[in-house]
Amino acid sequence: MAGHAKPISKEELWGGGQSPFSITYGKMMMWYFLVSDALTFGGLLTAYGVIRHGSSEPWPVGEQVFEALPGLTGSYPLMYVALMTFILIISSVTMVLAVEAGHRNDKKGVVKWLGYTIIGGFFFLGSQAWEWSHFIHGSGGGFQLESPITVTAEMKNGEKVQMNLATGSWVHMESEFGHAYEHAMEGHGEEAHAGHGDAHGDAHGAAGHGEHADAHHADASTMVPERLILNKYVLVREGDNDLHKLVVSGEDAKKLWANMSPNSVVFGANLSKNEYAVQQQYADFFFFVTGFHGFHVFSGVVINIIVWLMALRGVFERRGHYEMIEKIGLYWHFVDLVWVFVFTFFYLV
Amino acid sequence: MERDDLIVNDSYAVNATHTEEEGKKIRKKLYMVTVLLTLITVVEVFMGVAFKRNETFTWEVIKLGFIVLTVVKAAYIVLVFMHLGEERRNLKYVILLPYALFILYLIFIGLREGISVHDAQNIFK
Repeated sequence: MAGHAKPISKEELWGGGQSPFSITYGKMMMWYFLVSDALTFGGLLTAYGVIRHGSSEPWPVGEQVFEALPGLTGSYPLMYVALMTFILIISSVTMVLAVEAGHRNDKKGVVKWLGYTIIGGFFFLGSQAWEWSHFIHGSGGGFQLESPITVTAEMKNGEKVQMNLATGSWVHMESEFGHAYEHAMEGHGEEAHAGHGDAHGDAHGAAGHGEHADAHHADASTMVPERLILNKYVLVREGDNDLHKLVVSGEDAKKLWANMSPNSVVFGANLSKNEYAVQQQYADFFFFVTGFHGFHVFSGVVINIIVWLMALRGVFERRGHYEMIEKIGLYWHFVDLVWVFVFTFFYLV
Repeated sequence: MERDDLIVNDSYAVNATHTEEEGKKIRKKLYMVTVLLTLITVVEVFMGVAFKRNETFTWEVIKLGFIVLTVVKAAYIVLVFMHLGEERRNLKYVILLPYALFILYLIFIGLREGISVHDAQNIFK
């Protein structure tokens, strides 16, 4: 079959005058670079595993954190990341088809398939931007408790269960209330900007402006949720009881709300707090590993565009071979390879 | 200076070109691998959604299944898409063996460390 190296005697192979690996210097260095880059990613994912194994608190599960699709409400666990994985695999295929066209010195083929690869890369980057935005804004938000408290919560099967919550436990808001509350908190921020409201206020007078603002933004300090959620992102069992997504309502919800630790409210995740886990490392690793991978995809797209332009201008045709496509192909497949592992260890396991 | 890294008698040498027929054969293989990789991803997502995450033995097996499927996917990408499988054997080993050695050792000490930290936290809770 094409590609299988023909046998060469050892003396000839290692005797100098030619590459014993039967590949060019450039390709070999690309391989060495990829090995070192793979060690970096391997180190990052292993570090993630160390922190996760070392944690004594439950770790959030991927299917609970990543269950949204753009423009849709409801739960679609893992569908979005599966789509991202599919996009990257397909762009990897178009890249290998470009390499194959290069082997046949088919300029039109190279330009076509490399072009599709670039489009796939942009799709992936866009998906990742949405994923990050969703992760940062969160769904509903949560707060931490200031002191230990015991409340009655309802399990999914309708039974009640007593929950002893420690200081610092996360309590989550329902997404509708959470968004209204976030809006109200931001509304207060806007009120402080006197100049902002004046354009509206002129017609109504000073007092009218105040009422106007209240009608649009409910006062955050007087809002009380009807229901709160415990264990939203973690799967916890105690004996036969499934303690995932417990609902606290009525008086107990008010008690939890009153027990909110000051300034502990967070919507989504940032670099010092996240609503998904007690462990901040969860968000930190998400940002660093997927961000580092996204940076690789971005630089890959840039390199692909440069080489695409070179192919379009016939640089490789004049050179007589399309080895450059192979080299950037190696890099692009590597990016796909890393995502396969990120997908498994961040979202599935 | 004359380049000494150009290979004469090899179908992946820079100046060697594949014929249209060889190209057809290679493309067929690539499409097969594409279907396979897509199927594995679909199976993984299905496993992730269908099985409950808990402390049972079943979930441990599923987790191991994820890792095995991931390694299979990675092997197809490296060996077919990056056509490392068709490179000379000494290059294959130079790339794969040192990496496997380092990363397996790193995973071993890393997980060992993580488990110890976990146990220590439970003791001093």
